[in-house]
Amino acid sequence: MKVLNKKNIMTLIITAIIYALIQVLLTTGIISSFYEITIATICINIILAASLNLVTGFTGQFSLGHAGFMSIGAYTGALINMEMNSTAGFLIGVAGGAVAAALVGILIGIPTLRLKGDYLAIATLGMAEIIRVMFLNMDNITNGAAGLNGIPRFTNWLWLFVFTVLTLVIINNFVRSSQGRACISIREDEIAAESMGINTTKYKVTAFAIGAFFAGIGGALYSSYFYFISPTIFGFQKSIDILVIVVFGGMGSITGSVIAAMLLAIITTLLQSYSELRMIIYAVLLIAIMLFRPQGLLGTKEVTDLFKFGKKDAKVQ
Amino acid sequence: MDQLLQQIVNGISLGSIYALIALGYTMVYGIIKLINFAHGDVYMVGAYVGFFVTSYTGVGFIPALIISMVSCAILGMTIEKVAYKPLRNSSRIAVLITAIGVSLLLEYVMMYFVGAQVRSYPKLLSGRIFNIGSIVIKTQQIYIIITALVLMFILQYIVNKTKVGKAMRAVSADKDAAQLMGIKINDTISFTFAIGSALAGAGGVLVGVYYNSIDPLMGMMPGLKAFVAAVFGGIGSIPGAMIGGLSIGMLETLVSGYGNSMYRDAAVFAFLILILILKPSGLLGKNTKEKV
Repeated sequence: MKVLNKKNIMTLIITAIIYALIQVLLTTGIISSFYEITIATICINIILAASLNLVTGFTGQFSLGHAGFMSIGAYTGALINMEMNSTAGFLIGVAGGAVAAALVGILIGIPTLRLKGDYLAIATLGMAEIIRVMFLNMDNITNGAAGLNGIPRFTNWLWLFVFTVLTLVIINNFVRSSQGRACISIREDEIAAESMGINTTKYKVTAFAIGAFFAGIGGALYSSYFYFISPTIFGFQKSIDILVIVVFGGMGSITGSVIAAMLLAIITTLLQSYSELRMIIYAVLLIAIMLFRPQGLLGTKEVTDLFKFGKKDAKVQ
Repeated sequence: MDQLLQQIVNGISLGSIYALIALGYTMVYGIIKLINFAHGDVYMVGAYVGFFVTSYTGVGFIPALIISMVSCAILGMTIEKVAYKPLRNSSRIAVLITAIGVSLLLEYVMMYFVGAQVRSYPKLLSGRIFNIGSIVIKTQQIYIIITALVLMFILQYIVNKTKVGKAMRAVSADKDAAQLMGIKINDTISFTFAIGSALAGAGGVLVGVYYNSIDPLMGMMPGLKAFVAAVFGGIGSIPGAMIGGLSIGMLETLVSGYGNSMYRDAAVFAFLILILILKPSGLLGKNTKEKV
């Protein structure tokens, strides 16, 4: 199969157009620096949501500790970047953050992924809390509750875009690979998957590690964009924020996560001056989605599926 | 030695509060297999009801406790009717996410109305201190332990001796069979939520009295810790929740007393992960076989 087939070239062109468009809008100042923050938030949230979607949406392992991995990436990235104040240092920081988060993901995943459903949710929540308390107490490295300040800013639209696209492409390809199908089969029925000879633990840990890896990237970009990180940023609330995006967009739909990340960031920006109301709307939204549309905006479909009526994919349904 | 005894006294008082909250978790989980994330926030609402009742009407400790328990029972039943009942046949994850939503809703609606600031609780009980040897026991601690014990006895009586308790046990054992025997499932589940939430409300008032400060996000951590307690004791088991609550309270006070109080929360969660890995069914829980 050729890599440069029609579909991939189209995707490439559309991606380049989106990048160029936003870049032009930014340099001409049509998008002010206030809205630039929204764009950064959207990109980081897309990375986080897509990675959590791999774990929760595709593999069906309910994780409430994604902010924990994000914080590992953020702290590792920030510490490396503060030592090496250059673009190379930034990239090493992002890579280091991602690898550190993935390693912790494997370390935590192996014991906890034996648990199922609710218990896994609580265990991952507990693990994220433990990570947070650790960062809070490592005063000499992480500066404790006061947090790290003055992290050099290398994250710009170029890097945000590159990493977001990279995340989406890799996760999308993983989901469509044989490993990805194994993960989906675990979500559908773990016992059936196991009896078909799928090593469920292996695939669950793989998905968990990949999810953690990209959460680490998201965290590192976050620290580099916002100059400042502290343990409170990465609390339970952050994990819920990411989960809301995934649930809202549809568990098992990457384009759903992208759309939800954009919509929620726009809602947040509009409600900037009413932060308490924002949380109430969030909560009501979450309950309403579950009551009226538990599968989320797109369910397990992708946006591209919606344009395929009459084509061969439609027959499978 | 004296310090250890003192820590044990403090641990028992804190643990009784956790036990009261854990009972609600364990009963709800036993009956509809849901981790009711909103339970910690029901406890927060209970603390606020107690606060407003005592501040504006000036009633004493016992009436405040009862009013708070009744309001929480109503709140719990409403939550169940509005948010959980329509999802009874949905996936567990859907209900769990709804529970998180309800929890956020309670927290931020409360914050919207009363503000995010910490409020200090009115002094309901005399600040007398009893010295036994070198151990200091506060009046509040005695009240907490006695209230918790009385409530647990009442609960045990309801669950084991009354008809509605029998219905609760039957529904948690086998929902469909219970329905065939003519038990009204919806009423029983409502009743379970009412009792669980009432206990959480009592816990809220007791915490207000003990720590003297309340805020809209106070329910989050104790809620999670009470859940750890319920898991430790064996989720679904009422005596297990009591033992679990006391153990978690003890663990927490000992870690803050002898170690670093900053690691208190981490210790509880590390303990949870250990239990889940070593004995997921908990101390008194039943092992469930997985069927295809």
